[in-house]
Amino acid sequence: MRRTAGLWLLIGLAGYALLPWYMVAGGFWSFGWISSLGSDARPALLWAMEARGWLWLPLLGFAIAAAALALRRDHLTTARGLVLGGGLGLALMAAQGLVILGNGTRFGLLDGASQPGMGGGAFVTATALLFLLTTGISGMGRGRGDAFITGLIGAIIALVGIFVFYPMSFILIRAFELRGGAGLGVSEFLPRFFAPEIWSAACLTGRGTCGAALNSLLLALATATGTTLMGLAFALIFTRTNFRAKKLLRVLTILPIITPPFVIGLVLILLFGRAGTITEFFSDTFGWEKTRWLYGFYGVWLAQMLSFTPIAFLVLIGVVEGVSPSMEEASQTLDADRWQTFRFISLPLMRPGLANAFLLGFIESLADFGNPLVLGGNFNVLSTEIYFAIVGTVADPANAAILSLILLVMTLGAFLAQRKWLGRKNYATVTGKADSGRNAALNDGLRWTCYAVALPWAAFTLVLYLLIVFGSFVKLWGYDHTLTFEHYTRAFGIVYRNGIHFTGAAWNSYFTTLTIAAIAAPLTAAVGLATAYLLVRQKFAGKEAFEFSTMLSFAIPGTVIGVAYVMAFNFPPIELTATGLILIIVFVFRNMPVGVRGGIAAMSQLDKSLDEASITLGANSATTLRRVILPLMGPAILAALTYSFVRAITSVSAVIFLVSARYNMATSFIVGRVENGEFGIAIAYATVLIVTMLVAILALQLIIGRRKLRRADRIEAH
Amino acid sequence: MKTTLISALALAAAMAASGASAQSLNVVCSNEQAWCDLMAQNFKIDTGIDVAMVRKSTGEVLAQIRAEAGNPKIDVWWGGTGDPHLIAANENLTVASGVDVSEQLGWSQNMTEMSGGKAVGVHVGLLGILYNTEVLAEKGLPAPACWKDLAKPEYKGEVTVSNPQSSGTAYTQLATLVQLFGEDEAFKMLADIGQNVNQNTKSGSAPSKMAARAETTIAVGFMHDMVNLKKQGFPVEIVSPCEGTGYEVGAVSVIANTPNLEAATKWVEYVISAEAQSRGLEVGVFNIPSHPAAETDPEAPDMAAVKLIDYDFATYGASETRERLLARWEAEVKSKGGNFEQ
Repeated sequence: MRRTAGLWLLIGLAGYALLPWYMVAGGFWSFGWISSLGSDARPALLWAMEARGWLWLPLLGFAIAAAALALRRDHLTTARGLVLGGGLGLALMAAQGLVILGNGTRFGLLDGASQPGMGGGAFVTATALLFLLTTGISGMGRGRGDAFITGLIGAIIALVGIFVFYPMSFILIRAFELRGGAGLGVSEFLPRFFAPEIWSAACLTGRGTCGAALNSLLLALATATGTTLMGLAFALIFTRTNFRAKKLLRVLTILPIITPPFVIGLVLILLFGRAGTITEFFSDTFGWEKTRWLYGFYGVWLAQMLSFTPIAFLVLIGVVEGVSPSMEEASQTLDADRWQTFRFISLPLMRPGLANAFLLGFIESLADFGNPLVLGGNFNVLSTEIYFAIVGTVADPANAAILSLILLVMTLGAFLAQRKWLGRKNYATVTGKADSGRNAALNDGLRWTCYAVALPWAAFTLVLYLLIVFGSFVKLWGYDHTLTFEHYTRAFGIVYRNGIHFTGAAWNSYFTTLTIAAIAAPLTAAVGLATAYLLVRQKFAGKEAFEFSTMLSFAIPGTVIGVAYVMAFNFPPIELTATGLILIIVFVFRNMPVGVRGGIAAMSQLDKSLDEASITLGANSATTLRRVILPLMGPAILAALTYSFVRAITSVSAVIFLVSARYNMATSFIVGRVENGEFGIAIAYATVLIVTMLVAILALQLIIGRRKLRRADRIEAH
Repeated sequence: MKTTLISALALAAAMAASGASAQSLNVVCSNEQAWCDLMAQNFKIDTGIDVAMVRKSTGEVLAQIRAEAGNPKIDVWWGGTGDPHLIAANENLTVASGVDVSEQLGWSQNMTEMSGGKAVGVHVGLLGILYNTEVLAEKGLPAPACWKDLAKPEYKGEVTVSNPQSSGTAYTQLATLVQLFGEDEAFKMLADIGQNVNQNTKSGSAPSKMAARAETTIAVGFMHDMVNLKKQGFPVEIVSPCEGTGYEVGAVSVIANTPNLEAATKWVEYVISAEAQSRGLEVGVFNIPSHPAAETDPEAPDMAAVKLIDYDFATYGASETRERLLARWEAEVKSKGGNFEQ
């Protein structure tokens, strides 16, 4: 403990005394600040000695920690000293940051004082104080005395606190705003929360339309059920049958997830809209009337099924693969047939995957914004209502906050339901013990059901994507099918003259998007899987609340997140707007739940005896995580990386407010073109993005490779 | 500490990525993307000032500058419907640039005067009706010519309009009808039209696009969008309603507390100049520019040929009127239509 704490103390002091405390012009890593260390880029120590006396406060924390280390008392006293020093230092640092702002102070303290947003020095100082605190806590015997575990918990709580709770508080507090700017209060909250127009169930009883809340709930249940079943069918085909074209199928299953928003909706309209190709066909052949059925519940559901089935599949494939053949063999030895084996052994063991896939589908559907916007018609859901409460003709942030709270309540309900369904059972099937590696095959009925469900769906997906590619090469999709490369040259033109010049309109946002996605993806996966590890393998107080809190940013529609981020991070202490960093952060914390859910599902299959064996052999928990658990988590890591990379490229609602002139994203470019009716260029751009992501995902699969659970993965012959 | 190390490294990379921001003018643009890009490019060439440009819709810009008030990251906001610009001016989110507008057309000067110099009118968009000629012929329906035609029973389920609660286009239509027929008469007509409406879209430009693709038959929207669709080759016809029609005035505003006031003012001067506005022809801009000497496309709507109402922006742009009319719309019109799934 002393060595770790001493190291962090030194790092912290260096950050405090040597690095520029505030944000520096030109960015930290340009190192332009070295020349101005004496002026604008002064470290906290220099600032404190001159004008800004409050910057002595963090040093107080270091002083207490140093005293605790130097006084060489017994172990427990030192630990308590570290906790006090780290905790007090952090609290004081946060307090000065929240009180003394860019344009003055709160509560009338310290008249005339102001300061810019925190920068590199403050970041290092805060990190050091945090780890002094967590090292102290481990010294007091918590987290089995393991500084790595307490440090990890501390780091994740701090990150979630700053980047989820802090911004969310800005927007959710407005739910309690009284009309006419009369301050805050609860008197209007409940009537607005339970307003009949939000909860109306008129559509169930007869004529009339349902409220947005009920619509959202029904849609989310339908989508979650549908995507989970479809994902399961695909996963079973991959792991339990000898289907021949598995590779092609694999590509088809992940295609929809890599499609930029609005594109699926557009293709569906071209196929099934009132003037769609398929509608025309049925109208001409059978004389059916052309209808607008697509605009409403069924259209949105269809689009969501397409968009979110890949997520369910990515979560389920790892889990289904992980179910141990030994159990299935035992069942068959006891004379169960294939159906009984599946029904009573394999399926129950897949529960963590099913539950997490369902939960993700449910939340994704609730927060989905693009599909209801394009195909919703008069079918109102919460996410679109929230968007227009913020950007509509009459802005009503209070209403947006209340609707967001309704979304959160639904998410909490789904979360609790899935926990109850999983119960306290043990789902570990990867035990390290040898098995034959021969999974039981499916019985014929189930196998053909899977084929019947999944294969037409895959074919449908294929048709949609061929159409997208086709649409990008024709002049005016749906009307003038003259082949042209015009859309591509406009978006991705390159001029070779005195070197290469990227003259196309899309290049700029394309490069920004790829850079940001490439930085965000590994971070998302790391934070997500680390959280999953804590939740599955460690015990600590408040674990369930912690687990739910990690899902908050996922459940709230992107628009709300975007506005909340602008409100929270446009002013000191943390000023991030109009940078690329804020985009990375919003992606990491918005997509992290997929890493968490996938990680939890995969990790609950790994037998604890594997960890114990490693620890018994003298490894600490960090080594165990790296050498034993991570290699067994291949599919979960792949899913988290894939998903976060793709989401950073395709998400739109969260970034609308965060993209700036310098950091524009591909989706915001595409949406702008779609709004302007330039479908050709939008679809050409989408096609290029799809190809880019497909290449990236295949490369990832090659790098991470398949995990080897057993000597050979085979499937029993049919 | 591996995770920490990784996050620190990535944070480092991210800071590097966010580093290279030289001082330049940050423009948010609510016009068509191509027009935004072209104007930024020309401004850079003609004035030598570096421009960073991003396109966002007007509602999004208003929400963003509200959230950023006091420490704005945007210097100037160009384009989009005038109402949000007026709201921003009323909330003191924008400042007067003091640009000389004496050469501009009358409506542009009015806009500038009304907002205390904070929002300068740059273009006008006229409200119109669009129908798909193929669908109309197939269903054997007559072509609409007036606002009141939209209420005819034979158009049941064939009309698409946007929702005034989310779309400025629909609100302009609502305010236009109120000014043409008086409030009670207008709401009665809107309710009758509501019987025919198959969908109240969220976005104001969506109905025209749906009519172009034969997803609906008749749409209400802005004529410059319609000209654009017609030029792309869709089988559509544009109607200027016989009773007269309303319009929106697009504007340019300088954001309050911008550190680049001088460059932002130059931007305002630039976008209202005849020379800059004439270049809209190159990228197919079909609204009417504010400088009388600016060239326009022959197919663009001509203000002289259209019967225009004397649109009262001061009254109908005010929040009280807006909230009252929208509440009335919700009660009397919304329940009447938009429920057809046929």
